[in-house]
Amino acid sequence: MHVTIRLFARLREMAGASEVQRTLADGSSVRTAWESLVGEFPGFDDYSRAVSCAVNEEYARMTTPLSDGDEVAFLPPVSGGSLEREKGKGKR
Amino acid sequence: MSDPRFRVTSDPLDVTAVSATVSSADCGAVTTFVGLVRNENGGRRVLWLEYEAYEPLAVKSFIRIDEEAGERWPSVGLAIHHRIGRLEIGEASVVIAATSPHRAEAFAACRYAIERIKQIAPIWKHEHFEGGEIWIEGATADPMDEDARRMAFAQCT
Repeated sequence: MHVTIRLFARLREMAGASEVQRTLADGSSVRTAWESLVGEFPGFDDYSRAVSCAVNEEYARMTTPLSDGDEVAFLPPVSGGSLEREKGKGKR
Repeated sequence: MSDPRFRVTSDPLDVTAVSATVSSADCGAVTTFVGLVRNENGGRRVLWLEYEAYEPLAVKSFIRIDEEAGERWPSVGLAIHHRIGRLEIGEASVVIAATSPHRAEAFAACRYAIERIKQIAPIWKHEHFEGGEIWIEGATADPMDEDARRMAFAQCT
């Protein structure tokens, strides 16, 4: 299957592109797409724990299955949450 | 036609226009929040900020925040406009307007909205400061994280 991957902020900068195309095996999930990027772009693995994702403009999970033609987006941590996270009780 | 209440734009934000999208004759209160670009962050002298968004998902996150707020404060009307692109010191990056028949709900929903935007909206801030630049990265954007949502509610009571 063929998918389009959208990248933002620091991920976009590290990849040198806001959009990349990937051909993945049938039965692939969002995680498969992510791992294909980790193998190619140095620095991506630092985000493996903190990245979130969307499929076809809806929030998704790394386990979400992909279909041909899907648009996958990888979202680095967003800007405003650090203070709230520090205040969290054992979260994450 | 897109909902005028929820917008991501590279144009300067207009507080009055945002309020107008949720004003009605039964509103006794409108609370607005304006987030501004500050000249200092963590000891760094900030020169300007660049905001980047995944626009369609950002708009959907605003709609989601409105739905969450509506469960708690059903009388509230909520509007959220966020700016993207290069912003200078003192410019508005986000404007929230909350209207309600009574002030308490408007204040609470407005506060809830900004806390949730910072938690889940796919919007990133690239800080350009004296001597360098840095992407500001805080929380993993996860709208299904109930702990985060509870924390946002806790700020409003």
